[in-house]
This record gives sequence, C-alpha cells and structure tokens, in this order.
Amino acid sequence: MKFSDFVTLDAIRAHVDATTKEGVIREMVQALVDAGRISVDEMEGIIKAIMKREDLGSTGIGRGVAVPHTKHPSVNRLVGTVAVSPQGINFDSLDGEPVHLFFLLVSPPDRPGDHLRALENISRQLRDDAFCRLLKAAKTPEDIQHLLEEADSHGIVS
Amino acid sequence: MIRTAAEGETNRMTISQQTVSREVVVGIPQGLHARPADLLAREAQRWQSRIEVVGSAQRVDGKSILDLLTLAAEAGTRLVVEATGPDAEKAVAAISQLFDRNFNDSEHQTQS
Repeated sequence: MKFSDFVTLDAIRAHVDATTKEGVIREMVQALVDAGRISVDEMEGIIKAIMKREDLGSTGIGRGVAVPHTKHPSVNRLVGTVAVSPQGINFDSLDGEPVHLFFLLVSPPDRPGDHLRALENISRQLRDDAFCRLLKAAKTPEDIQHLLEEADSHGIVS
Repeated sequence: MIRTAAEGETNRMTISQQTVSREVVVGIPQGLHARPADLLAREAQRWQSRIEVVGSAQRVDGKSILDLLTLAAEAGTRLVVEATGPDAEKAVAAISQLFDRNFNDSEHQTQS
C-alpha cells in the first residue's frame, strides 16, 4: 500500500497549532471533516474512539512519530491524513520523545488487512532517517505531499 | 575484537551465544497491528539476547515496533521468533507465550 492510497491530500497539515494529544487528534479529524472524508456528525465519536485507543497504550511508536487510529463504521474505506508539529507534542511515546509526525488512520471495521498494510507502509518509510527529517522540516502541505509522492515512487534514499 | 562479519551467521557461532527459535502463529483476528507489536517489542527489550522475528519475506528486529509493523503479519501468518544470546531460551519462551495468549487482546480489544 502507498501513501496515496490512504492520505487525503486536502487534509494534510504542515503546522498544527495544537499542543496536546487530544488537540492534535481533534485538529486532524477536523481536517478530514473539512476535506469531506468524514461526516461532521461522526466527528466527536471518532475523536473519542481514537482517544480510547490511546488509553490502551500510546501510538507514539518512537522516532518522533505517532499513528493515532481507530476503526469506525462510518467510513467505507481507509482514510488518513498527515500532520507535522514543528515544536513537538508530548504523546507518551514509547521512547519518551515528543512527537513531530502524525499519521491518523480511520478504517472500516471489516478491513483489518488494509489497516495493517497502511501501518506497514508508514513504518517502513519512517525507518528512513532522511524521510523523517525532511517531513519534520516541511513548511507547507505541498512539501509533505511531494515527500509522500517521492516515497511512494521510489523511496527517498534507496 | 575486530570482526569482519559481526552480523547474522557469525554471531551464532560464538561459543557463549546460544540461538533458540520457535515458530508462532498470529492468532489475533486483526493481525500484528500496533498494539501487539508494541507489547512484543516491550517484551523483547526485557532480554539481553538479540531477538529477531522472521516472516516469509524478511527478518526484522524484535525490539523495534517500527520493524515489527513492517511485517504486516495478518491473522494466521506463521512467524519464527529467534533469539541469540545468554538468555535466548527464556526470551523465546516469553515471546511465544504472547502469541499463544493472543497478546491478551482478543476479547476486549475492538479498537485496533
């Protein structure tokens, strides 16, 4: 699976204002609502479900990256978006580091395979230090879009 | 001191290093998603041994959640847990138990 298969371009945020875990999740879900991927009526339920998942264990998987996610019956395909926090947000990460890169995923309950393959793609690309560094330094949603496209087509380095 | 090939096969030959491996099956319906990968990495980090998880196409570091997620191991996937080091046997037993118990997440965890 590629980034272009699940990242909603109109919902990419290069500079989130939020400074808290719930704040950044809310901002990203709002971005998906604004982009027409999630119905406004479902917004609070989705935020609550993502926060509930975070309570089980932070999705801050290290290297300044978090993948907040949930399943939700209101979506019929995997939808996701990307956000960057230049200042970093405390996300109770596994390695204790603040999180700069967020990949938020909402998937239909009956498609666990798609969710797994999205996680696979994100984690594989993020093992590349250059990709992480460039994403963190991105100034505009277009910068992020270009990096994702580059990663999709051949990877940043190899 | 200076080894030309410090990785992989060479380490297995070192006298104090014991390699133990066991096949496990991913029993969680959602596959090896973020939460079980997190639990697996945390368990692996408790042991001194080098721990690798081997899938059909790749071999990854069992102590790294990012590495584990790249396996994209769906329900029913067979993996091999391999540990090399002084506590290899205990490490493999502990990690295998996580798989045997479905990471304790089968009944209550509906949010992946």
